[in-house]
Amino acid sequence: MSETFLSIQGVRKSFGQTTVVKDFNLDVARGEFVSFLGPSGCGKTTMLRTVAGFEEPTAGRIMIGGKDVTQLKPNQRNIGMVFQAYALFPNLTVAQNIAFGLKVAGAPKAEIDRRVEEMLGIIKLAEYGSRYPYQLSGGQQQRVALARALAPKPKLLLLDEPLSALDAKVRISLREEIRAIQKKLDITTIFVTHDQEEALSMSDRIVVMYDGKAEQVGTPFEIYNRPATKFVANFVGTLNVLDGTVIDPATATVRINDRDVSLKKGALNGAKAGDVLSLALRPEAIVLGKQDGRDTSLGGQISDVSFLGSVIRVRVGLGKHAVSLDTFNSPASPPPVVGEQAEISFSSSDLLVLH
Amino acid sequence: MKASRFWAWLTFALGAAYFFIPLIATLEFSLRMRRGEYSFDAYRVVLGDMRFQETFAYSTIVACFTIVIGVLLVVPTAYWIRLRMPWIRPVVEFITLLPLIIPAIVIVFGYIRMYGSNSPLPFLATTRGTDVLLMIGYATLALPYMYRAVDTGLRTIDVRTLTEAAQVHGAGWTTIIARIILPNVLIAVLSGAFLTFAIVIGEFTMASLLNRPAFGPYLQNIGANRAYEPAALAVIAFAITWGCMSVIQVLSRFAPKSANNPN
Repeated sequence: MSETFLSIQGVRKSFGQTTVVKDFNLDVARGEFVSFLGPSGCGKTTMLRTVAGFEEPTAGRIMIGGKDVTQLKPNQRNIGMVFQAYALFPNLTVAQNIAFGLKVAGAPKAEIDRRVEEMLGIIKLAEYGSRYPYQLSGGQQQRVALARALAPKPKLLLLDEPLSALDAKVRISLREEIRAIQKKLDITTIFVTHDQEEALSMSDRIVVMYDGKAEQVGTPFEIYNRPATKFVANFVGTLNVLDGTVIDPATATVRINDRDVSLKKGALNGAKAGDVLSLALRPEAIVLGKQDGRDTSLGGQISDVSFLGSVIRVRVGLGKHAVSLDTFNSPASPPPVVGEQAEISFSSSDLLVLH
Repeated sequence: MKASRFWAWLTFALGAAYFFIPLIATLEFSLRMRRGEYSFDAYRVVLGDMRFQETFAYSTIVACFTIVIGVLLVVPTAYWIRLRMPWIRPVVEFITLLPLIIPAIVIVFGYIRMYGSNSPLPFLATTRGTDVLLMIGYATLALPYMYRAVDTGLRTIDVRTLTEAAQVHGAGWTTIIARIILPNVLIAVLSGAFLTFAIVIGEFTMASLLNRPAFGPYLQNIGANRAYEPAALAVIAFAITWGCMSVIQVLSRFAPKSANNPN
């Protein structure tokens, strides 16, 4: 990782007897886009608000650009922030909203005008400068909020679930837009979301949070393919969990539904013969029928078929387990039928042992 | 016509008659100063009376200062309660209701005892000091209306998020209140201001007992000694109050609109 720009060191935040953030540590590089991902109540927004200065940490410190800002007020931190509810000032026009931070900072009028014009261009709302927030759609309002946050050239950009209030189509286009602008301006960004798809598609790194702690920090690829804990595996993506009984720890062999499967060496992590392990398998790692390169197959019965457009999700009962798998929709071949016998196959190397 | 609608209209008509008949009668009486014909003589006499002009000007100035005191006291208080101390709101609401429960005469006697020339805060020792005390007293009387108007205005905006958005963009408290909060509750503040104005213009007890040349005591004095002029003054007072209410209605059209409540 290049030079650390934002450093969160041992931060704890308690409200009365309740500790919302527990010993949180994170270093973010300059220009990096990091997402805090987790369910409601996991502490991600509290952590973001602590970075912004709206909450004072009970313990720990926050450094921005090498400077300790823990005791600074929000208006002294040179941070830009976009809120879930837009938070545009209703009495100001779009241009006045964007100019707000610059005016407060006492920038000359000519510079303010130039910067507002530049920001309106970046968010592709050049013609909307004289409109009021209520005259814009949700997506447009959020773009204005982004421009307002970026106009004073902050050192750090904080995004607090900025896409949650938007409809699905706008959400996808806006997340691409936000990421493109962030890359163009090379601004260090913290993005809070509970939507795994947003986090996976936008981030350089993801911090998966649960119960006030960072469960795992990693790239989207690492988080999705190598979840460190059961929670991360379950929270990010769809996951099939199978029980496997350890048969031979030396060869990392486990038994799943009367079929012996050899896992990667060291995957058992010290488990003994007879131990029952939770083994995770992503739907896309499983195919219907036998296929070259997939060394393990199990027989079962199709229990459910869901048509999702380009993809068909098939659920196959395997004795006491059931797994979901995705197949591409092909107009030439009919979808599987519920009740049919089916064989599924996968690579044993795709099995993850959850700890 | 359905029976329920009939009764509704009947109730409305009775209420309107109860309100309008005395008003129309007062208006009609105020126009009968000249024997045998209607005229505006009573209004001419009243408006031409120097005491009317002086007392009305005095009460208008006092009302303006009272509004300033009310705004400076209520807007930051209501804002801070919404932002940081929502749990204390019931207590503050109770306090703001006290002027409706405690008679003005009790308040003013309290003032006279507390702020006499021998007290540490001798407001009553000078004329200007008495004026200031009168304004403070009026601000207290108008508190229930001003507080509710401002609090209702604050309820229509997301105070906390707007404050945080302004803070994170570098604004301090003065900027936040002056440039973000106040403009967004301006209509509510103006509503409170016009209600305050209407209260101050007609108030009698405090001005009379503090011996100030206000419009209320003048109204009482004219009413006790003249026939047609009090009726003309009552109509003028009504016109001022209704004028204030009309201005509130007109100004509310210019209220800043939010995305959630565009109309």
